[in-house]
Amino acid sequence: MTETLKREEVVAARGIKVTFGAVKALDGADLVIHAGECIGLVGHNGAGKSTIVNVINGGLSPHDGSLSYSGSEIHGISAARANGVRCVFQELSLCPNLTVGENARIMHAELKGWNWRSRALSLVETQLRDIFPGHSIDCDLSIDDLSIAERQMVEIAISFAGIDQRPKLVILDEPTSSLDAGLAAQLMAYIRKFVREGGSVLLISHILGEILSTSDRIVVMKDGRVVADRVASEFTTRSLVEAMGNVVREQEFSRAASVRTGEPVLSMPPRRGHGLAFQAWRGEMIGLAGLGGHGQTEALLDLYLDRNSNWWPTRRGEIAFVAGDRSLNGTFPLWSILKNLSIASLGQLSTKRMVDRAREETLGAGWKQRIEIRTPDMGNRILSLSGGNQQKVLFARALATTASTVLMDDPMRGVDIGTKQEVYEILRSEAANGRTFIWYSTEMDEIRLCDRVYVFRDGAIAAELAGEEITEKNVLAASFSEGDAA
Amino acid sequence: MTLHRFLMAKPWIWSFAATIIVWIVTVLFTGGASSFGLSQAALTFAAFSVVVGIGQMFVITLGPGNIDLSVPATMTLSGTLALKLMDVQDGMIVVGLLASIGIGLVIGLGNYVLIKALRIPPIIATLSMSFIVQSVAIWSNRGLRIKPPETLASFATSGLFGIPNVALVALILSALAWVLLEKSIYGRWISAIGQSTFAARMAGIPVDGTRLVTYMLCAVLASVCGYLLASFSGGAALNMGSEYLLMSIAVVVIGGTAVAGGNSNIPGIWGASLFMFLVVSMLNTYGFGAGFRLILTGLIIIAVILLAGGRQSLR
Amino acid sequence: MKLSSGTVRLIIPAASLVLLLAAVFYMQPRAMSYTGLNLLFNLAVPIALATIAQMLIMSVNDLDLSMGTFVSFCACVTATFLQTSPVLGILILLGAIAAYAVIGVVIHIRDLPSIVVTLGMSFVWGGLAVLILPSPGGNAPVWARWVMTAKPPLVPVAIVASILIAAVTHYIVMRSSFGVLMRGVGGNDRSVERAGWSVIGIRAATYALAGFFAILAGIALVGLTTSADANIALRYTLLSIAGVILGGGQFVGGKVSPIGAVIGALTLTLAGSFLSFMRISPDWQIGAQGAILIVVLALRLALNRLEKREKSQ
Repeated sequence: MTETLKREEVVAARGIKVTFGAVKALDGADLVIHAGECIGLVGHNGAGKSTIVNVINGGLSPHDGSLSYSGSEIHGISAARANGVRCVFQELSLCPNLTVGENARIMHAELKGWNWRSRALSLVETQLRDIFPGHSIDCDLSIDDLSIAERQMVEIAISFAGIDQRPKLVILDEPTSSLDAGLAAQLMAYIRKFVREGGSVLLISHILGEILSTSDRIVVMKDGRVVADRVASEFTTRSLVEAMGNVVREQEFSRAASVRTGEPVLSMPPRRGHGLAFQAWRGEMIGLAGLGGHGQTEALLDLYLDRNSNWWPTRRGEIAFVAGDRSLNGTFPLWSILKNLSIASLGQLSTKRMVDRAREETLGAGWKQRIEIRTPDMGNRILSLSGGNQQKVLFARALATTASTVLMDDPMRGVDIGTKQEVYEILRSEAANGRTFIWYSTEMDEIRLCDRVYVFRDGAIAAELAGEEITEKNVLAASFSEGDAA
Repeated sequence: MTLHRFLMAKPWIWSFAATIIVWIVTVLFTGGASSFGLSQAALTFAAFSVVVGIGQMFVITLGPGNIDLSVPATMTLSGTLALKLMDVQDGMIVVGLLASIGIGLVIGLGNYVLIKALRIPPIIATLSMSFIVQSVAIWSNRGLRIKPPETLASFATSGLFGIPNVALVALILSALAWVLLEKSIYGRWISAIGQSTFAARMAGIPVDGTRLVTYMLCAVLASVCGYLLASFSGGAALNMGSEYLLMSIAVVVIGGTAVAGGNSNIPGIWGASLFMFLVVSMLNTYGFGAGFRLILTGLIIIAVILLAGGRQSLR
Repeated sequence: MKLSSGTVRLIIPAASLVLLLAAVFYMQPRAMSYTGLNLLFNLAVPIALATIAQMLIMSVNDLDLSMGTFVSFCACVTATFLQTSPVLGILILLGAIAAYAVIGVVIHIRDLPSIVVTLGMSFVWGGLAVLILPSPGGNAPVWARWVMTAKPPLVPVAIVASILIAAVTHYIVMRSSFGVLMRGVGGNDRSVERAGWSVIGIRAATYALAGFFAILAGIALVGLTTSADANIALRYTLLSIAGVILGGGQFVGGKVSPIGAVIGALTLTLAGSFLSFMRISPDWQIGAQGAILIVVLALRLALNRLEKREKSQ
């Protein structure tokens, strides 16, 4: 410990606060990374992991707190790059149409001048051999031609490579998500070597075995704060899961014992050929849990698109969808609130395919009152509403239909607590009336509202929890695999 | 402030204001003598642009990348085949009209089959289609130029209460299109698809079905326009559609329809069509040649798209 | 050795060109000569240059609908100013290149759809061309005429020029640093920007380069035809797009191939001659071109599917 203190501070972030609207993404988080150490960063959804990564790599400026690179307080992506901070993102950030060497050329501006091709090639190839000895990647192929694992390997190699100076800090966000166990072990071994030679690594992973075996120090985040920051050897898988969970005793909810009568209204075979099958009965509220991006949204899309024709209008909609990413698959930005609300129910609002304005307005007025959309006029543009109220409109859109099943794709992301409570009430009463809800949520409070929960990991359903089993601890344990990658 | 918002909400007002100004300037120059003739000619020629423009507008409303380049070939083929079928007999007028509508349906279907089956962008699918359609037109046009039936020709060239009949037809079609766009479920659907195809799909809209209908509608309007134009000009010519390729896109853009999709506007097409014709006549009366006319047209299109602000205005 | 997808994409265009050529030779053995080849491919040179220009624009995910009128405009300038007062002619053409760069900047800054902006520009270039040459006329500069009618030993000039165009543009687009950046913008502009490059500068330079090649197309065209008119190259807009697509290029994603584009242009030119040798009536020639386009695209779709299936295995 005393030795660590003497080392140079590569990045020091202290008391960082970041807010997105009403949501406090970071609430006074501290993260100091010294030269020559690997830090494991864990936490559940919304704990603030990706936000603090974005602050460190310069993509996001903190609203409060201090940030310094090697002691100097500067900001911005280029400043972070100049100080040797590199980041491997979860989404691929290479140019898919270029070859491996060409991508290295774009990422390393120093590679200019004559014969840059062979220098870029040897740079990447050396680095790839260092990290993944025995790999079989042809660096003359374009990224498109590589498998997903190979792409991830290339991206990692390009980030670790350095010409004039090697990177000081490499941030790896779920670097092993598509690598097999052997490759993951090679990467972990390389991280140890890199750290021994004086570099630093910030490692984010849902495989706790990797974190425990590779890191020197583990930082646990929760609700935008660092709740534990200790030497890795002081943790076990069990104590890590406990540290991520809520300290206060969980509130008890009274759940109606789910009554399963007859056939399930929705079912889906195990995804990707492994894990559990999915089934839902009438009137159930089913949660899809697990870390974000582990296949929950894809499962919802499959459920929806399989039951919805792309060619013929459906007479009676049996299934409705509430979007989470409003700008991507939710709102129609040019339209009024009313048109946004009624779009999925036009069939029942029209005679001879002509929309009846009067009936549409009645529907709008009813939902404006029921779900409390805060606007003076439903004819105003949807974008005039706050995010939370836009989300309410999307809920109203789905609930106003005759659909017996409603799919929800993490719809409460970034919505204030007041709105949430109002919507929960409506969902409860709708479920009591026999509607089935399939609810993907990244928030534990919402998962605990459900009757039954499927926990997703690596694209498939890893566990099913029902009734009293739905606790934060169980969900966390199922979403983090113990895996002993190293 | 309210005036500003009103103008922003009704972008077609600009094209009408411009049209009126150009009309006044032209009439003043000729001493008022030509005002009736000029208006007549403007209405007649604008009518053809309006009919194809409406079809193109429906397609452009579907969002970025959607465009129909087969419009001119469709017009030519429909005009040629319809006149051939009618063979100067008055009794065949309705049959000819039905035939040209049928041609439009087939071409629209073909366009969308190419887009969907070959997964190629509409611009290249409709282009390949237009090559084939053009060939069929050339093949069937061989021989003598066939005149339209007497009654049809006189209908197309005369007018009612001083308004040309073709303009009346265009007006009726515009009214129908307006109802379709503003009042029907279909109109809501194409607007939704244009704003966000994915969101439209997730709201339960049959996206492919709606797009297919739209491409067919565009082709039908183009073939009806070809039928009218051939009857008006006393016979079909192989290049009769060519100027309507760029024209159909230009009137949509100048008329205030969002190029990024989702927002369309029928009055604007009338304004833009009249404006385009009147600018030409104005420059002609002032003695400017075709060169200036074209340059001015291009600058107007660019100015309009710069003012409208492209995709940024969505945010 | 695994073939890269770039090479695979070249197979179909190259194979269809060879097949067409074989068919032409079979039906008209006299075409298998120096003069025969020159006649077959002469008109391909300006088309190939215009196709390259279109390909550059497409490599940054844009489309140029003004290509045909711009080449016509350049042809008119070549047949008039460039021939009578070369300095003024060169200045005009440099201005045109600058205009292309400005268009690129405007499209980037305002995030405008390139189709509409270039549609507007097509009227402007067309109008300028009409102003310069209201009726067909003008004369080709002696040097342009000389280049296009040169008779190098063994291989006709059309073939030499096509190979030269392919080689030079292959170097610029596929080998040079600038080409990498340009295709990078088409592939993932955010990552190029994140690595510290100026995407707006890259786009401006790409447009300027496209303008340069389109000017060469105009000059080559006048060198062949000896005179110009304002409508001389209107078909080039559609031909150049079709050429890029035939050559394996794609509308988005920065996937382009200069060699493919030249092959595509040659194929389109040859298809015309092939159809006349087939004694297909001229009525059906355009239609057959459309059909060829559809068939090639269908083949490519099939190949892509195959490739994808291979990869998932």
